[in-house]
Amino acid sequence: MAGSSIMENLFQRTLDDLIKGMRLQLIGESAFISKATAEIRREIKSTDHHTKSTALQKLSYLSALHAVDMSWASFHVVEVMSSPRFAHKRIGYHAASHSFNHHTPVLLLITNQLRKDLSSHNEFEVSLALNCLSRIATLDLARDLTPEVFKLLSTARVFVRKKAIALVLRLFDIYPDSVRVCFKRLVENLESSDPQILTAVIGVFCELSNKDPRSYLPLAPEFYRILVDSRNNWVLIKVLKIFARLAPLEPRLAKRIVEPVCEHMRRSGAKSLIVECVRTVMASLGDYESAVKLAVSKVRELLVDEDPNLRYLGLQVLLVAAPKHLWAVLENKEAVIKSLSDEDFNIKIESLRLLMAMVSESNVAEISRVLLNYALKSDPEFCNEILGSVLSTCRRNVYEIVVDFDWYVSLLGEMSTIPNCQKGEEIETQLIDIGMRVKDARLQLVRVGRDLLIDPALLGNEHLHRILCAAAWVAGEYVEFASNPFEVIDAILQPRTSLLPPSIRAVYINSALKILMFYLDGYLLHNEGSSSSYSGNLVGGQPGLFTVKKHTEAPKLATQEGSNSNLEQDEDFNPRNATESSESEDLSVENVTDRDVRHGQAFTPPNTLAKKNFTHESVVSLLNRIEVIFGPLTANQDVEVLERARNILAFVQLFKGEMIDNPVQNVGIMDVDKKDTRVSAIIKSMRDAFTMELGPISTNAQGRVSVPDGLVLKENLDDLQAICGDIELPSSSLFCIGGPHLTTTSDGSSSNLQNEEQGPLNESTSLIEHRKRHGLYYLSSEKSEIVSDVYPPANDPKANNNINDEAAELAKLTEQSLLLKKKTNQTKPRPVVVKLDDGDVAPISVKMPEPGDDPLSGTIKEVLGSETMPSSSRSKPSDKSSRKRREKKKSSTDVPSEMKENLGDAEKHDLENPNLSSKNHGHSKERRQRGKEKIVEGEEHDQKGKKKSSHRHGRRKTHQRANSPLNVVSQTPVIPDFLL
Amino acid sequence: MIKAVIVMNTQGKPRLSKFYDFLPVEKQHEAIRNVFTVLCSRPEHVSNFVDAESFFGPDSRLVYKHFATLYFVFIFDSSENELAMLDLIQVFVETLDKCFRNVCELDVVFNYSKMHTILDEIIFGGQVLETSSSEVMKAIEEISRLEASSNAINLVPKSVSGWRSR
Repeated sequence: MAGSSIMENLFQRTLDDLIKGMRLQLIGESAFISKATAEIRREIKSTDHHTKSTALQKLSYLSALHAVDMSWASFHVVEVMSSPRFAHKRIGYHAASHSFNHHTPVLLLITNQLRKDLSSHNEFEVSLALNCLSRIATLDLARDLTPEVFKLLSTARVFVRKKAIALVLRLFDIYPDSVRVCFKRLVENLESSDPQILTAVIGVFCELSNKDPRSYLPLAPEFYRILVDSRNNWVLIKVLKIFARLAPLEPRLAKRIVEPVCEHMRRSGAKSLIVECVRTVMASLGDYESAVKLAVSKVRELLVDEDPNLRYLGLQVLLVAAPKHLWAVLENKEAVIKSLSDEDFNIKIESLRLLMAMVSESNVAEISRVLLNYALKSDPEFCNEILGSVLSTCRRNVYEIVVDFDWYVSLLGEMSTIPNCQKGEEIETQLIDIGMRVKDARLQLVRVGRDLLIDPALLGNEHLHRILCAAAWVAGEYVEFASNPFEVIDAILQPRTSLLPPSIRAVYINSALKILMFYLDGYLLHNEGSSSSYSGNLVGGQPGLFTVKKHTEAPKLATQEGSNSNLEQDEDFNPRNATESSESEDLSVENVTDRDVRHGQAFTPPNTLAKKNFTHESVVSLLNRIEVIFGPLTANQDVEVLERARNILAFVQLFKGEMIDNPVQNVGIMDVDKKDTRVSAIIKSMRDAFTMELGPISTNAQGRVSVPDGLVLKENLDDLQAICGDIELPSSSLFCIGGPHLTTTSDGSSSNLQNEEQGPLNESTSLIEHRKRHGLYYLSSEKSEIVSDVYPPANDPKANNNINDEAAELAKLTEQSLLLKKKTNQTKPRPVVVKLDDGDVAPISVKMPEPGDDPLSGTIKEVLGSETMPSSSRSKPSDKSSRKRREKKKSSTDVPSEMKENLGDAEKHDLENPNLSSKNHGHSKERRQRGKEKIVEGEEHDQKGKKKSSHRHGRRKTHQRANSPLNVVSQTPVIPDFLL
Repeated sequence: MIKAVIVMNTQGKPRLSKFYDFLPVEKQHEAIRNVFTVLCSRPEHVSNFVDAESFFGPDSRLVYKHFATLYFVFIFDSSENELAMLDLIQVFVETLDKCFRNVCELDVVFNYSKMHTILDEIIFGGQVLETSSSEVMKAIEEISRLEASSNAINLVPKSVSGWRSR
């Protein structure tokens, strides 16, 4: 037995051997590791501690760096931990803190071992146990070992004490009751003169204050003292972090700390401290002008520093400041713009964010232009960052900053043509959203859509497919705005559309149907119109208007045909827009047809091609083409495509039958009524279905749909996850018709027709169904809102502005925008944007964590005796006492530190209320019964209290009162005197 | 609060990794790989920060420093100052340098447990406890002495000594 042990010991590979072997191995790493693991499995069973611990060391090495599982060895870990030799123990503890978690069953076995080591005389053993506990502590361990840790909190051995302090954070987190035991000692350590202790304890408070800052307000005097006295940058940074969280809660505190913070900023040479000061000022002391100025001047230094880290942090801090102090950003705009071309991606991103923070309605156009040019030049990743931030900024708050939607829509179109653009989805959403919300932008939308659809090259880029989908939808839905529907349908029918994915093809087909309807409708009207059977409907002035136009514009249009937007057309359309908007409230079928009539004429006269389009042959050829293009799709595998294609083909065939039997042109005026009635009735009802306006939907529209009787809805849909976890929800947004105020229920006759004729129509069918069924709503995905009559003010006073752009040119722009800002008068009125009453965003049910909710902060408050504290600062007693305090302050002579004095006052105030304090005694007694430790503390406190006198006394006592669980918890509002 | 410390070489091999919140080893390695792919794509002489929220959840920041063939990476949250963390990396490396006299990757490779001891003295449970490399060195030397003395007895295995004393 002894022999085998020696042999094992002599021939065992040490960790070094293992590492060397691993570096020299020829059999492949994983093979080597599995061999080594097998070896370890054997060795670890050895009865010899040395062999066992070496094996464990190797195993934890393999586990840490090569992800070998070591959960099977947890019992061996416990064995090695309990070895009397330090070297073994260390290996065991390391393995435990590396591999144990709260599921490890053997945790139950180590409590005693930890307790023993925590009370060891060897401080390194204690340190091992503390370290391990900080990692693996569970509720049971924390509860059982809190007394040991408590003792260590006041040990004279700094090496151990600092670790015990750091561990307390973990204990509080896991076992909030430990606060009652340890908190007082923890606070006492704040007064330690040892820098290591101070670092540790401030670190703990920094973490604690992160969770619930309000609980720590009573400790502000201590923190303040450290802020003023300490020269240790590590400690100062942490104290600043604490104050950054406390200051917003208590304005008087902010006032107190401004000066010391500025002092540090001026004095310190350590960049880390300066950055922290600047950050604190920007985040929490923004109301103090002088501090902000100083901070901004420091930021400027950072921004021009050679070190990219400082530049990066400078930009970051500036971004924090941007909402409140835009001038700070403006002052540094040149540096910001320069950073846009930095080689460091981080810096570029920060400067982009800053630029976006400067955007306002007066400069959004310029900034976007510059950024877009920039995006063209930059790498794909940054290009998309730029596009993404422009898109999200402009979209913010229902396009709050966009005044000129024509511009914005063209911008969206331009973005789509940037080669690296991958923001298809967002652009798609916005194009459709704008279409539904902004009536005045539809014309431009259709133009942009047409340009996109017509370009065959775009079909090859799959990132653009979503945009094309939106373009096709827009072109179909708002076809009446198209300058040349024939051209659009051409684009939609082009052969390369076969490159599109089925879901988008389906949209294309549906758009083709809508356009076809519009076209046929126009065709019929044209013919009727030419035979003047319809002229009665036309307002006298209108034909005149168009005929005048006809002559002047025809040649120009011919030359400009195919170019994006022509102003002539604008002129042409403007008057119509004007009339339309006046009529828009009342969208009767009459109006719609009326509008269409005008339309038909509006585009026929100027365009000679269009005239040809309305011939019988052109219609037949169009119908034929649709048949040719969509014919093959009737065998498509995708159901959507298949169904829609069949629908449109069925319709085409129906119509063709009518047309060919009965060529309209040859029919005399008399016959139009007779023969054409059926066709035109069909077309008309189809048009009616399509001209119903779609609008945005509220996210909570679903709530307004009453649940039919007898329908049992399942409350919990969790099991859906299991069924269709893999299925990605379609992000496509659904549209609703009209808005509540339109209350368009399709009238009986048309719905009948719809049933008859449109039954086979895919998407529109579903829409019609919906319109019929619900009348009003459809449920949208994210982007929708409810139409309301509340329109946002065109000028939001809040919007500040400024600009920047490239280099000098940018700077110029900035000035311009600043000028603009002063004037804020707009030449062009902002079009109406449909906004919903109940918010643009889904109702966010953010539960603000109640300070008391969390067991930890609850206990801490209790311990600090500060239940009354936060409210007390506003309550009457405190007012009273603060008046007293003020008087005292005046009379007091010897006070370099107001804080001390004030606390003294508080104490006195306390004494003036014997009732209250006696009550408190009762309270504290009650508490004493709860825990053994507390009694001790309470006694300590009493003694201390007796010893102290005067200011010192007061300070000490309040302090204790504030912090110790046992102390007479003053029910008098613990007045935050220090804040004065 | 520091969430993790990673030392890896420029080939992406981890040399030391410590996560202060429990994370299964596979996840740790995945995180290390993710960090590496970001780090190796960054040019020289740019800032030492990387956006870590995608790997380590919200409120995560990452600083790294590149020394010879090694990356030193600290991941932490908003309770720490970025520049202070860079200084802390410096402290760590300085301590290693003192400990190993001109530290190189091989020292890091072969002194796995010593590395951990040093790190544990500087960072305790995610909190910075010691920022002076000489203090750390003092503790390390003590620990080594203690270990050596406990190992010295070990030269004669317990079973043998037990047999002799009989």
